[in-house]
Amino acid sequence: MKRSIPLLITFLVGVALILAMFIPHWPFNVLNERFSIFYDIIAVFAFILGGGNLLKVHMRKVQRKGGDWKYSLVTIIGFFLMLGAGLMKIGVPEGLSGDYQATGSLFKYLYDSAFQPLQATMFSLLAFFVASASYRAFRAKTREATILLVAAFIILLRPTPLGYYLTFWLPEPLQFLHIPNLSTWILSVPNMAGQRAIMIGIALGIVSTSLRLILGIERSYLGSEGKG
Amino acid sequence: MLLAVLFLTAPLLAQQSQDDSAADSSSYMPPLSPPAEVRAYDTPDDAGGSITVEWEPSADDTGTEGRVTGYEIFRSESRDSGFESLMCVPGGTITCIDNSALSRVQYYYRVRAFSADAASAGALAGPAMASQQWFNRARVNLMVIACILVFAIVYYIVQSARGKDLYIRKISGLEAVDEAVGRATEMGRPVLFVPGIQDMDNVQTVAGITILANIAKRTATYETALDVPVSRSIVMSTGRETVKQAYLESGRPDLYNDDIVHYITDEQFGYVAAVDGIMVRQKPAACFYLGAFFAESLILAETGNSIGAIQVAGTAMPTQLPFFVAACDYTLIGEELFAASAYLSGDRMMLGSLKGQDAGKAIAMLFILVGVGLATLAAISGSEALTTLSEWMRYMFRVN
Repeated sequence: MKRSIPLLITFLVGVALILAMFIPHWPFNVLNERFSIFYDIIAVFAFILGGGNLLKVHMRKVQRKGGDWKYSLVTIIGFFLMLGAGLMKIGVPEGLSGDYQATGSLFKYLYDSAFQPLQATMFSLLAFFVASASYRAFRAKTREATILLVAAFIILLRPTPLGYYLTFWLPEPLQFLHIPNLSTWILSVPNMAGQRAIMIGIALGIVSTSLRLILGIERSYLGSEGKG
Repeated sequence: MLLAVLFLTAPLLAQQSQDDSAADSSSYMPPLSPPAEVRAYDTPDDAGGSITVEWEPSADDTGTEGRVTGYEIFRSESRDSGFESLMCVPGGTITCIDNSALSRVQYYYRVRAFSADAASAGALAGPAMASQQWFNRARVNLMVIACILVFAIVYYIVQSARGKDLYIRKISGLEAVDEAVGRATEMGRPVLFVPGIQDMDNVQTVAGITILANIAKRTATYETALDVPVSRSIVMSTGRETVKQAYLESGRPDLYNDDIVHYITDEQFGYVAAVDGIMVRQKPAACFYLGAFFAESLILAETGNSIGAIQVAGTAMPTQLPFFVAACDYTLIGEELFAASAYLSGDRMMLGSLKGQDAGKAIAMLFILVGVGLATLAAISGSEALTTLSEWMRYMFRVN
């Protein structure tokens, strides 16, 4: 019973949403939107669970003075500081009736001065990681890696003046080797073909996974793989 | 005397005439040709509330040099009166959709051409009535394709359930799961599992969680620590149930605790920072990234690489795949992510669905080859029949 009802709900909702793809008539035309709303409502309650879990895990660490407990303390302080600033609307010009994100509020100040710069810092790490990953990926150790390296080199040269001046002098019959033309060809033919092959595989995988879920063959997400 | 009266009243009459003209809804002079063959009909394949109006362009609508600058569409529930302006569309337009129509109400439409200083007479169309349809004919092709795929998958599931042996190709990324967990066990370090940063309504996250069930069984069997930081509360709840059941099925419920799957934050880079911190401090021997990823993919994979962890990644985000390929030891590309759960479980019915997936791929390849062949032959020969056939195939695989 514990698993039968969720399986039945999954089956009914899955079939209804598939039908909604092909039936524009009411009530099928609103099913997708309604189910999204139901999902959002459940997510709101689950969010409380998430916040509670975060506090529980880090408070326990601080209490036990476990490894790196100072980081946990920073997390807890940050959590309550942002929560308090938003709930109490500290610094909001209109007081409690105003918007918690209003200019001058403590919440906005913390968001703009601490949260956003921290996010930007994390994102900017990507530039360095791209360089280190590219170095490893483009080492011409194998034939495939060499092709990758050459293709990447041509594509990287494309937007630069050097990319143009290196090959602009090529005669008309060899213009297909002109770097901007070659780069366009690499992106729109081999690259596109590869991407489409992946996309077709993904689409088929999604159909297959969805069928397994709808038909109740895949049950591990329900907390069991046994027979229900 | 009569002349004097006429002279005195003429300005007043002229003023009244101007007022009447202003009171009229039209402020244009009508020497333009009206649009022809105006027709209004219920917009097909929709949920009602919409009427399409079409017309042939006015004879004065001849592109950039023509006089017509636009068309004005009027609507009324009566054929002879009560027309109100509904919308204006630019010159050259030959159709418009009235999305403000009520279902099961008859409407009449008038369309007239206008320029800066003139307007044509209004051409009448109707009555037309918006209604809901029970089937979207524009998606017939999609339904046919879906039916073929569903049939292939269900057919192989049934075949497999009946005991027929099916060959499933080896997926090296999944073969490495045991190796990775084994390595973590030998080194006495934890296994880190990241199910992406999307919620449970994303099929990639569902696929990731189903793989987590298999990995959790192995960590429970080998008594290896498992850490699953998540960025969504519902994923946390689902992940806990999944891991709990896996530990139970492995006969080690004593090893399970709720903190294995723990929530961090919904914020993308906040989550990445926390997971990177966990990696650097705990130094897991094996890292699994299976789900939906965005810009954080490379940050996670490179950090994992820097601590020397064996890394298995899988996602259906084509833009992130190159990053995982570059930074991880094994990458499940697109469909392999969805195949992983079935592959690892070894369940006959699940494996049957994989075979059906492969059959779908074979069908897709066949259609691609036929389509490419037809298009090439049509271009070389110029044959009308081949061109029509090629266009029909293109239509069949168009997504509406």
